[in-house]
Amino acid sequence: MDFLNAIVALMNFVIIPATAYGAQLALGALGVTLIYGILRFSNFAHGDTMAFGAMVTILVTWGLQAAGITLGPLPTALLALPFGILATGLLVLGTDRLVYRFYRQQKAKPIIFVIASIGVMFILNGIVRFIIGVDDQRFTDGERFIISARTFRDMTGLEEGLAFRTTQGITIVVVLIAVILLFWFLNRTRTGKAMRAFSDNEDLALLSGINPERVVMITWLIVAALATTAGVLYGLDKSFKPFTYFQLLLPIFAAAIVGGLGNPVGAILGGFLIAFSEVGVTYAFRKVVGYLAPGDWEPEGLLQLLSTDYKFAVSFGILLIVLLFRPTGIMKGKSV
Amino acid sequence: MTRQVDMRAIALFALVALLFIGTGFAQSWNTALTIFNMGLVSAIMALGVNMQWGYAGLFNVGIMGFVALGGLAAVLVSMPPVEEAWAAGGIRVLLGLVLGAATIVAAILAWSRLPKGRLRVLVMIAILVGGFFIYREVFDGGVSAIEAVNPASTGYLGGLGLPVILAWPVGGLLAAGAAWIIGKTALGLRSDYLAIATLGISEIIIAILKNEDWLARGVKNVTGVPRPVPYEVDLQRSESFLGLADRMGVDPVTFSSITVKLSYAALFLVVLLGLIWLSEKALNSPWGRMMRAIRDNETAAEAMGKDVKARHLQIFILGSAVCGLAGAMMTTLDSQLVPGTYQPLRFTFLIWVMVIVGGSGNNWGAVLGGFLIWWLWIMVEPLGLGLMQMITSGMAEGSWLRAHLIDSAAYMRLFTMGLVLLLVLRFSPRGLIPER
Repeated sequence: MDFLNAIVALMNFVIIPATAYGAQLALGALGVTLIYGILRFSNFAHGDTMAFGAMVTILVTWGLQAAGITLGPLPTALLALPFGILATGLLVLGTDRLVYRFYRQQKAKPIIFVIASIGVMFILNGIVRFIIGVDDQRFTDGERFIISARTFRDMTGLEEGLAFRTTQGITIVVVLIAVILLFWFLNRTRTGKAMRAFSDNEDLALLSGINPERVVMITWLIVAALATTAGVLYGLDKSFKPFTYFQLLLPIFAAAIVGGLGNPVGAILGGFLIAFSEVGVTYAFRKVVGYLAPGDWEPEGLLQLLSTDYKFAVSFGILLIVLLFRPTGIMKGKSV
Repeated sequence: MTRQVDMRAIALFALVALLFIGTGFAQSWNTALTIFNMGLVSAIMALGVNMQWGYAGLFNVGIMGFVALGGLAAVLVSMPPVEEAWAAGGIRVLLGLVLGAATIVAAILAWSRLPKGRLRVLVMIAILVGGFFIYREVFDGGVSAIEAVNPASTGYLGGLGLPVILAWPVGGLLAAGAAWIIGKTALGLRSDYLAIATLGISEIIIAILKNEDWLARGVKNVTGVPRPVPYEVDLQRSESFLGLADRMGVDPVTFSSITVKLSYAALFLVVLLGLIWLSEKALNSPWGRMMRAIRDNETAAEAMGKDVKARHLQIFILGSAVCGLAGAMMTTLDSQLVPGTYQPLRFTFLIWVMVIVGGSGNNWGAVLGGFLIWWLWIMVEPLGLGLMQMITSGMAEGSWLRAHLIDSAAYMRLFTMGLVLLLVLRFSPRGLIPER
């Protein structure tokens, strides 16, 4: 019985939250990695693109709620998500047209693109804060739990409860769908193949008659969809606050780099690796060990390796270890 | 070094001076001096970043961390020591830190000395895990003992009680030490990776400052850091000062605060001018030419026998030390260390805007950018508010849109900074005062 309790506690506090968080990071990292693969720069504005998409979705959600339209047990934000993606798509195409295209034509160095993306980051930061402010926004509605801790206890008779929130379930399902769609697109369609060819060897792709501007445009649109979805899912699961989205940049980049920049499978792996380490290292294992240990013995300390405030240190530590021992990431990424 | 370029620089500096003088007349000299003092600090930070980016092409986005380390130095050097806390757990904490460092060194030694194979990995992991638990055991006890000592007012080890001016070079040294560790591990990485690595390290430094209460009180902040200049109240009590104010026919209260600010400005100006002189000397020496050669073509420089890695480490440490120095000066100016105020947009990316706008690779450009962008950062807020009031003046009193627009005017500064950066990068990519 105690063994089961230990597993349930571990599921409840580590595995489920880390899976949801990992899925969100994986979507974010996919966006970063696609930009890196096709446009060949690290986009510092990615966190704020996510914030922008989430913001539009929240505003539409509020509008729908005010009009009395909801999705029943599911959060209304899912209904508003396409609007968010559309607005973000227009935004990134606009920034590409006004900012990045010029440097592409100049064949500027990648670092110039990075600096330009810092400028875009400032502007997006300003726009998001200007429209929705800096405060926390909660926009979840519908059923809160798929299984609540109490139902689970009643059902199984175990001491430990297992809560599975709707937002976590939705995150996992939506990310699964998004990833399947993305990989189908990249591997099966003509445009997706063109994108991969462009990413592998730009000159060769140009010689085969692939239109670079079209590839770039489609990349931006996919990135907008991924970023908005990631932003909305993160906001549903935790809460929406512009500054947190900016800070997400670090674990997202860590995930993309750990997986190998420019490699989509790597981005997903990296996302889960970072999420599981972050949650695992900062979780206090006292309870789990208490269940597993014989008798009534409970460890004295919290058995927490690091306080939660140091979660950045975890993503960073993994990043450093991987870079020192395997500079191109777990899956082979690009190296310019 | 043509005459034309010099004229352009002088004209631009005159323009910035006009902005500050204009602020003095339009608002108050007190405000103008406050902005000017932070402008001096910003200019020093920009000089530091310019060394890394402008001379050597290193993309460091961890400036915030180095600035915060400088601030920490100001606290550690100048605050009076807390004897009780030292007695309670000072030795234990230090011992814990030594043990932690010893663990890392032992792990590195094991990795480099043992023959390749599974044994090496296992030994290293065993040392790290075992060392971690011993470190936590020793360290945690000391920390809780220290934090229990009068937590409302102290709860930390305090500093050395030395004059605060000493903290400036110490801040530089602290930042240099951190830069050495970072550089050793991360400088071999590509530019993008280096950027993310430095971004991560700066966040970690801030997390440490926020959470390690025994060190600098964490989010409880350290206030009342001693000053290198007299206090306003003391000036207002001094006979000779009152006599001087009387003879000049000015209000003694305003006069005292302006005197204090001017003294800060004088101290900072000495540091800034000294640094500019040194950087100009360095940039125009064979060393500076070598740096630029490395920046422009690493492969060619390496083929000429230059040790690219060592030079990169050197300039990374130098630039970070300058940022640390500026950080210590800033904490001295504020008289307090508030870890919660360190935000990457303000302390990392804004400095980058200064360098890019001013002119990367040119020390005078970086300084100009420091003053200009800092002035803009402060003044956009009132200007934006004015603009919003003008736009909304036609709207109905009490309409939500009007209230929202006026409330949100403060965020115009972020938007403006991004716009300025993008415009300069596009239309004048080498900055206002380009590299010669």
